[in-house]
Amino acid sequence: MKIIEGTSENFEKVVLKSKIPVLVDFNAVWCPPCQALHPTLEEMSEDSDEYQIVTVDVDEEQMLAGSYGVSSIPCLIVFKDGEEVDRRVGLQPRKRLEKILGVR
Amino acid sequence: MYDLIIVGGGPAGLTSAIYACRAGLKTLVLEANACGGQIIVAADIENYPAAMHISGLDFAKRLEEQAEELGAEIEFDKVIAIEDKGETKLVRGEDNEYEAKTVIIATGTEPRKLALENEEELIGHGVSYCATCDGPLYKDKIVAVYGGGYSAVGEANYLSNIAKRVYIIHRRDEFRASAKMIEKLKAKDNVELILNSTITSLNADKNLKSITIESNGETKEIEVDALFVSIGRTPSTSAFKDIRTTEDGYIEGDQCRTNIPGVFVAGDCRVKDVRQLVTATADGAIAVNEVQKYLQK
Repeated sequence: MKIIEGTSENFEKVVLKSKIPVLVDFNAVWCPPCQALHPTLEEMSEDSDEYQIVTVDVDEEQMLAGSYGVSSIPCLIVFKDGEEVDRRVGLQPRKRLEKILGVR
Repeated sequence: MYDLIIVGGGPAGLTSAIYACRAGLKTLVLEANACGGQIIVAADIENYPAAMHISGLDFAKRLEEQAEELGAEIEFDKVIAIEDKGETKLVRGEDNEYEAKTVIIATGTEPRKLALENEEELIGHGVSYCATCDGPLYKDKIVAVYGGGYSAVGEANYLSNIAKRVYIIHRRDEFRASAKMIEKLKAKDNVELILNSTITSLNADKNLKSITIESNGETKEIEVDALFVSIGRTPSTSAFKDIRTTEDGYIEGDQCRTNIPGVFVAGDCRVKDVRQLVTATADGAIAVNEVQKYLQK
């Protein structure tokens, strides 16, 4: 399932109202670990339809990042039925991301 | 059963994988997070022979591709123990167990922590170990840097261009960075140097609100939005109980051989004088040469 770029406009629709688990990746272009994580997220999005991946650029979306208290990036938050259920900071292997999404 | 399991997918581990695969060894690399290790955050590598300029991220990607192209398997699992069963070594990960005839430990180093009670839970909530990663999130905020070396002074300087106010707190009475760097920092209006002080507590509700520092027996609270801890690095070797290390955790490995036959060490987690990209990759070649000698016995 294709990665969606999250914004304050579409966040409610694509994350909070999603019928499937959502992994939100708060990132920035100047953050090397965020860039290092990106290929993993691409692969995951290509391989599975069980969850949705949404990326949020913290520079473009400061209010959104602020409202979720994002203070270190990459910050990965899993939402289920509109609720935050898990949160990880820093580079994560695919397996761990799948585990917190509940698909492994 | 693998001929070789390499613990850690940084420059030392992946170079080991390249040499091992070229020598025809069935090789598995176990990486806890993402391949590349510490070098990922380097903006520009200028001292690697013949590479001229390359970003740490590109370097890591190319290294990973090269190892995989040569036939190395890479699994993402955090190794929690290595058990010596004589001829075979049992490598326990958080998710699985693996067996090999030989092991190379190439786990590198990690940022040294303050060892304060609520530090772990505040990572991502105001406590950071990487100013270049998280600094830009603190535009016009108040931040503190803890440490007195080159990287701490460099980070304070970097943050002074972003944050409203920067405190640099150091436990000694002078910094270890160059005089020029310190002059540059002192010249900034928004930087305050606090010497002879240690951080004794991190005060937070959900996010960091302030830090308490102790200077000559007196305590003081400073309001901050973030604390960047820059007090050096420590080897990531606590999982390996039977391996001989120095008091500060570096693995003793003359010629990359540890005290356990069949278990080798490469890269920054090994006792050595120079920790550079070239010495890490060089260790990879030496360690695999030792692995081959051991397997031929």
